[in-house]
Amino acid sequence: MKRFLAVAMATVMLLSLSVAAYALSDQNYPINIEDMDYYQRFQGQDVEINVYNWGEYLANDPVDFIDVNAIFEELTGIKVNYTLFASNEELYAKMKAGGTNYDVIVPSDYMIGRMIKEGMLQKLDYSNIPNYKYIGEQYKNTNFDPNNEYSVPIYWGVVGIIYNKTMVDPSEIKGWDILWDKDYAGNILMFSNSRDAFALSLLDLGYSFNTTDEKELREAADHLIEQKPLVQAYVMDEIYDKMEGGEAAIAPYYNGDAVLMMKENKDLDFYMPKDTSMFVDSFCVPATSENREAAEMYINFMCETDVAAANSIFVGYSTPQTEAYKKLDEDLRDNIVAYPDVTGLQSMLTLPEETNTLIDGLWTETIASNSGNSPWLFVLLIVGLLAAAVTIVLVRRAQKRKKNMY
Amino acid sequence: MKTASRLYVWLVYIFLYAPIAVLIFFSFNQAKSRTVFTGFTFDWYRKLMTNDVIISATMNTLFVAIVASSIAVLLGTSAAIGIMALNRKLRALVINVSYLPMMNPDIITGVSLMLLFLFLRMELGFTTLILAHVTFNVPIVIFNVMPKLRQMDKNVYNAALDLGCNPTQAFFKVLLPEIMPGITAGFLMSVTYSIDDFVVSYFTSGSTSQVLSVVIYSMTRLKVSPEINALSTIMFVVVLTILLIVNVNGSKKEKLEVRKIGGGSTL
Amino acid sequence: MFGRKSASYPYLVFMTIFIVVPLAVVAYFAFTDGAGNFTIDNVSKAADYSSIIIRSLLLAFIATVLCLLLGYPFAYIMSKKTSNARRTMQMLIMLPMWMSFLLRTYAWMTILENNGLINKFLGLFGISPLQMINTQGAVVLGMVYDYLPFMILPLYSVLMKIDPSIIQAAQDLGGHPLQVFSKVILPLSVPGILSGITMVFVPAVSTFIISRMLGGGSSMLIGDLIELQFLGNAYNPNLGAALSFVLMVIILFCMSIMNQFDTDSDGEKGELWV
Repeated sequence: MKRFLAVAMATVMLLSLSVAAYALSDQNYPINIEDMDYYQRFQGQDVEINVYNWGEYLANDPVDFIDVNAIFEELTGIKVNYTLFASNEELYAKMKAGGTNYDVIVPSDYMIGRMIKEGMLQKLDYSNIPNYKYIGEQYKNTNFDPNNEYSVPIYWGVVGIIYNKTMVDPSEIKGWDILWDKDYAGNILMFSNSRDAFALSLLDLGYSFNTTDEKELREAADHLIEQKPLVQAYVMDEIYDKMEGGEAAIAPYYNGDAVLMMKENKDLDFYMPKDTSMFVDSFCVPATSENREAAEMYINFMCETDVAAANSIFVGYSTPQTEAYKKLDEDLRDNIVAYPDVTGLQSMLTLPEETNTLIDGLWTETIASNSGNSPWLFVLLIVGLLAAAVTIVLVRRAQKRKKNMY
Repeated sequence: MKTASRLYVWLVYIFLYAPIAVLIFFSFNQAKSRTVFTGFTFDWYRKLMTNDVIISATMNTLFVAIVASSIAVLLGTSAAIGIMALNRKLRALVINVSYLPMMNPDIITGVSLMLLFLFLRMELGFTTLILAHVTFNVPIVIFNVMPKLRQMDKNVYNAALDLGCNPTQAFFKVLLPEIMPGITAGFLMSVTYSIDDFVVSYFTSGSTSQVLSVVIYSMTRLKVSPEINALSTIMFVVVLTILLIVNVNGSKKEKLEVRKIGGGSTL
Repeated sequence: MFGRKSASYPYLVFMTIFIVVPLAVVAYFAFTDGAGNFTIDNVSKAADYSSIIIRSLLLAFIATVLCLLLGYPFAYIMSKKTSNARRTMQMLIMLPMWMSFLLRTYAWMTILENNGLINKFLGLFGISPLQMINTQGAVVLGMVYDYLPFMILPLYSVLMKIDPSIIQAAQDLGGHPLQVFSKVILPLSVPGILSGITMVFVPAVSTFIISRMLGGGSSMLIGDLIELQFLGNAYNPNLGAALSFVLMVIILFCMSIMNQFDTDSDGEKGELWV
């Protein structure tokens, strides 16, 4: 026991030392900041901000690249408590349930709309975010934040179809209907979250992915049920390994991820249907935050040209910051997968609560339907229960007999 | 028969450790992939050492696990001793209620505790996290210590009192050594549960810090970095080493005892 | 009996606050709607999902039985070894639990996929790929893998306590190995079997990530459904609490059936590892 504790302590100390050992000085990617003075405001005041972001969404590789949070902390003297989430719904649930206090969050378009409606965000003072001027015009005045009051974009992207050229004939891909093509049964992947899955189904039927019409949504659900036998799996990030490993032929996903996947597997390519949705993830400040100005400083830092470029390179998602875009490699800028033409593309809107409930309910039915609940399973269950009942009776009788023997 | 049982044991080990071998193997993979091995590299280990997020999450996990397990041991041991003295009905009730956190799926435990903390208007953070871990760890300790208490010869305690010990001395010199195996087992099991716990930590952690399992889960939208594989490999090696040390130590002690008894009898 | 009642007081207080009250809170949420009015809508909605509940119970049941069949021989062999070997085996069984459960499940994907390790190996012999992943079988495999140690440890605890002289006596009295096993060893190990079944069945019923990663996400289990209420598009803690409540009732019901087998003479519930 003692030995166990001793070794455990030693391990803990070793790990702590390694943390202390890494120094901030060696940066492989120089960050030039125009207005250094702006960032000195909170120096020495022991300010802390809680940032809640997607996993792997900022450059944080100090060994081969840079760690933007560390640079920010050193620059401003503000401590960053950085925590992660995996989906918009998680972010929403955590904030809605209460008991938490975030200063910076990074929701997606429709979630921003929802949070604005429910009063969960506070308005930003854009005079504290001068770098906002570099954000491209096409990413402002969005349908979820039409007056640019609550959000500052970090990344944008589009949903499209990633496919394996050796398994799919590219000329056959003309739109979302390829995901319903029986020729590729068992080789199709699909989104495992309801909003994205429904969006594709609605698009394939010719409806808007922001519809609230119950009839259209039910049609979309039926369409998804039609697709179910053809789907290999409903996935989120497992898609990387499955496409790279050649496990599946077609999958819908985001273009930034496609760029990364295409680097790993040269057989992959990306097709963007004209009616697809554009997503914009943005920085926001929750209404409960008491450190709005420090939060704005953080957001402004992330919009610095060099920082935005570094993040975009690291994460692989496209940057809305125009100067940062210019700093990227030419072949990345020209890559139509990474930077497609987004004119006329819509983003996802917030749907009313009844619609959300409807979608979730329909999604559950879709997922639960028809999935190998073969009759013999039910028979097994009945048999099992009968066997259990019989055994109980027999055991009881045996016990009684034993008792009566004495 | 002997070879058959040997074979069986090894098959089970292979079954248990196959995924771990795969995990370790891919921690040396050049690409970020989990399926395609492109080349051998130590890169991920290097990056792990400087990855703030992962390291602080690991520290948090170990901290919460050890603190919560220690509190659970204190609370649980005193509880076990106390429960033995209760009348039958109350004892049965307390035991049944103590079963609940173990019988409840952890998603229910996590959700119910979160709702409780919110109801009490507590801010989610380390305190709530540790309280939550203590909640599911205390039953583990109780159910490890109680059997030892039951097995113990009650008269030894009384004999100690008769021989002049006051209750405290009797506790430390007589009672505690007897139940120590139960306490140790309870502590180790609690630490294991706490480290591997995801759901409860997920629902009860706060805005300033996270535990490792939550961080790993949050990486699943983009891609789980092999740094996590590297971390798991390191943890595996550390615990395995501790195991070997304890093992070697144990067998040395056994050999000594056998010699002491004088040739040893086969029991 | 010795021991002081007062030693238990801190725990009793703790227990009330952290075990009893939260469950009451769950019940409260289960039977109210968003505005706090009493309603049984949420609980009756659970009936809509009965196919999911049945599927979860069934898969958990199969996984439990498999764990029992696999774990019992292992625990038995373990109980016969020297104390050093036993301790080592005990820790070797627990060691995998220290590694992230999510990662180990990912690793199973690598092993089971159509292009995964097993199929690549079979491919060397020209055998065409077996569909192993994205099936309910894979989900059961995942459950068995995760929970096997929880079956082995209680079984081992109990088997170890069996007085070898009893077995000796049975053999002396002319019983051949099968009889010795079924009439002596098996009945004595029942408390361990019950503990093991509890420790496996309960988590297996409520697991949620395994079905997504190994089952292809197409067969939703009750754990996924509850998670959806808290993390889905429609944030519905009332429905989530209702489903949790229903699940809890079902589990308590199953456990009470099982406790009919508990032959402990003074009527006390057995402990976990005994």
